[in-house]
Amino acid sequence: MADIADTGMASAPARAETLKTADGTPLKAALAHAAKRARRRAFLLVAPLLAFVVLTFVAPIGQMLYRSVANDGFSANMPNLVRWFAENPETEPDESAYAALAADLALAAEARTIGVVGTRINYDVSGTRSLFTSAGRRAARLEAPYREALLDLDEEWGSPALWSAMRAASAAHTPNFYIAALDRQVDPEEGIVSVPEDQRIYVPLFWRTMMISAVIAGICLLLGFPVAHLLATLPMRLSNLLMILVLLPFWTSLLVRTTSWMVLLQSEGVVNDVLVSFGIVADDARIQMMYNQAGTIIAMTHILLPFMILPLYSVMRTIPPSYVRAARSLGANNWTAFWRVYVPQTVPGIGAGVLLVFILAVGYYITPALVGGSSGQLFSNMIAFHMTRSLNWSMAAALAALLLGAILLLYWLYDRLIGIDNMKFG
Amino acid sequence: MTDPTADKAFVAFERVQKSYDGETLVVKDLNLAIGKGEFLTMLGPSGSGKTTCLMMLAGFETATHGEIRLGGRPINNIPPHKRGIGMVFQNYALFPHMTVAENLAFPLEVRKMGKAEIEAKVKRALDMVQMGAFGGRRPAQLSGGQQQRIALARALVFDAELVLMDEPLGALDKQLREHMQFEIKHLHENLGITVVYVTHDQGEALTMSDRVAVFNDGVIQQLAPPDELYERPQNAFVAQFIGENNKLHGVVEELNGGRAVVRLDSGEVIDAAAVNVGGKGRRTLVSVRPERVEQREDMSAPGLDAEVLEFIYMGDVFRTRLRVAGSDEFVIKSRNGQGQRRLQPGEKIRIGWATEDARALDA
Repeated sequence: MADIADTGMASAPARAETLKTADGTPLKAALAHAAKRARRRAFLLVAPLLAFVVLTFVAPIGQMLYRSVANDGFSANMPNLVRWFAENPETEPDESAYAALAADLALAAEARTIGVVGTRINYDVSGTRSLFTSAGRRAARLEAPYREALLDLDEEWGSPALWSAMRAASAAHTPNFYIAALDRQVDPEEGIVSVPEDQRIYVPLFWRTMMISAVIAGICLLLGFPVAHLLATLPMRLSNLLMILVLLPFWTSLLVRTTSWMVLLQSEGVVNDVLVSFGIVADDARIQMMYNQAGTIIAMTHILLPFMILPLYSVMRTIPPSYVRAARSLGANNWTAFWRVYVPQTVPGIGAGVLLVFILAVGYYITPALVGGSSGQLFSNMIAFHMTRSLNWSMAAALAALLLGAILLLYWLYDRLIGIDNMKFG
Repeated sequence: MTDPTADKAFVAFERVQKSYDGETLVVKDLNLAIGKGEFLTMLGPSGSGKTTCLMMLAGFETATHGEIRLGGRPINNIPPHKRGIGMVFQNYALFPHMTVAENLAFPLEVRKMGKAEIEAKVKRALDMVQMGAFGGRRPAQLSGGQQQRIALARALVFDAELVLMDEPLGALDKQLREHMQFEIKHLHENLGITVVYVTHDQGEALTMSDRVAVFNDGVIQQLAPPDELYERPQNAFVAQFIGENNKLHGVVEELNGGRAVVRLDSGEVIDAAAVNVGGKGRRTLVSVRPERVEQREDMSAPGLDAEVLEFIYMGDVFRTRLRVAGSDEFVIKSRNGQGQRRLQPGEKIRIGWATEDARALDA
């Protein structure tokens, strides 16, 4: 006994300076070595997914976001003028500026990038794309004095608005798309000002999107809460059956679901026909439920309802019935037990459901495009417009970035108020 | 307290039946009278109907037939929140989103009491369970034993005269459970409340109760104070369910007043107290408690021959397994006292007992 105790004492470190393993390597180094191998293996396991996400998600989104501030359409193709703008800040264009412009027009025409240049300026000063392309065709034959020569081609070349647009476009990066996305413009004298009321598009549309999404999330909560409660309290066999009914829409194409709402809701549709046949609505006063906000709200509520029910259900399933029973035995009536004991415990589910539905609704595109008409269009429809029609991808990127920013802000707010770790998706 | 008659009982079940599916009865014809201030335990295996009885009393289940009375008043049709019965649940059911103090204030708030009164009552209840410093905590920040105390305080804070407890100590470890048993017992004695306690732990039932109702198969098998239940079980189920028990099967050869002569299946004849036997020639089960079996020095003394199979040292007692009358499961317990001999496997001994300790019961 005594021997063992003695050797034990001897091999123990005199002080806890550097603990060592049995073979003498410092404990910390050994631990790091052991942990490193496990970490490397873990990294290798997630590497394929990481590569996939970076390639297909992070890179394109990053590129898209970069496009919202990138401004190389003009600056990359007009090197002489860009240099002149850099050397002469705040100067009226003189002969040397027109000379640089003429040289660049000739260059761009030769490189066949004159259309890109024209398009870029056209974002800011409409109707100028043809000005560039037609000048490009004759740029090679222009002679000094260039100012007169260009003004002979078109009076517009002397316009201060055009020149300020070109000066703005000569920077490699610009906040202009964001300024435009916020319904503002750069005024030469007053700086950033709001555009006239009748030209404001994006900000009202943004608020309308938020409003409609909030209304949809609210209706989903009202409709989904009782269903989730029913699912959570019924016997497992029955609730599984009902769960299929909740999930059924998930397994149907989004387009099919949207178009079936069109069949139901249009003015010659099933709902109106039934109402008319019962005499509730006059034949010539059929209710307009389609191609307006109502259509968007109805169809999207139906489509997003499962996203509310599932998190609510998964939270309610975990609430033991003994809580409400305890509340009842303590003297609370049905309503008080429900409101003060049951509902507070479903808050993680309510938070998750509302946030999920709201975020999905804010970015929804197909359904409002099909059933929304003009008053039921959402923000993403405007993004799509800039992507596919006006081809102003920078504008689309700026709008998308604003939407993303708004959602991140909301998420942060939610975290501050309720706490993200309180959220349960299922 | 002992044997209150049904009409002046505080809580009374009268001919109560309960069925969930309309085909089988979970509770069959229950008649039970509980006196004011009594600590009554419903003991039984799971599925025996004891929890159903408690839930009917609390109002969470409705009786299919029969009447339940509280303080002389039928309560069958009174909703749970108007019964004024305190209840402690198996998993405590403390509201996780409220602090301890808010949990305790809840029954007072729904009774629309004034703020100062609520505060005073909450403080008193917390002090009662020695948890005065924990009012601001959330239930999740408390240990199991502390949660148990808070659940107890919440059931008592609104001055309920009847408190129901549904296996309240089931989630605690053994030591804490034994400690809480005494605390609950003392609270019961000090406050003069009536407690109906449900458990499947016979030790708990024996320690705490004034009377124990042993449930099996929807029927009360025996309703008696703990000592009587243990020492004089009325039937084979109670004898087996409460405590350890040696079983000897045989046939009644003679019935002589309170005595029965039983011929065991192995051929030996023993005397036993006739407690619950059909009559001469009927099969019976003789029950003997392990600690009542004694070793006889004289190998020809009345009793049975036994062979030692296994000796287990348990600290305070020795547990010895024997082969007796053809059974390998006969156990005797002897106190680890001064000079007590440890039996060796293979030893042949003679065992015996006082006739009244061998109880002939229904087979």
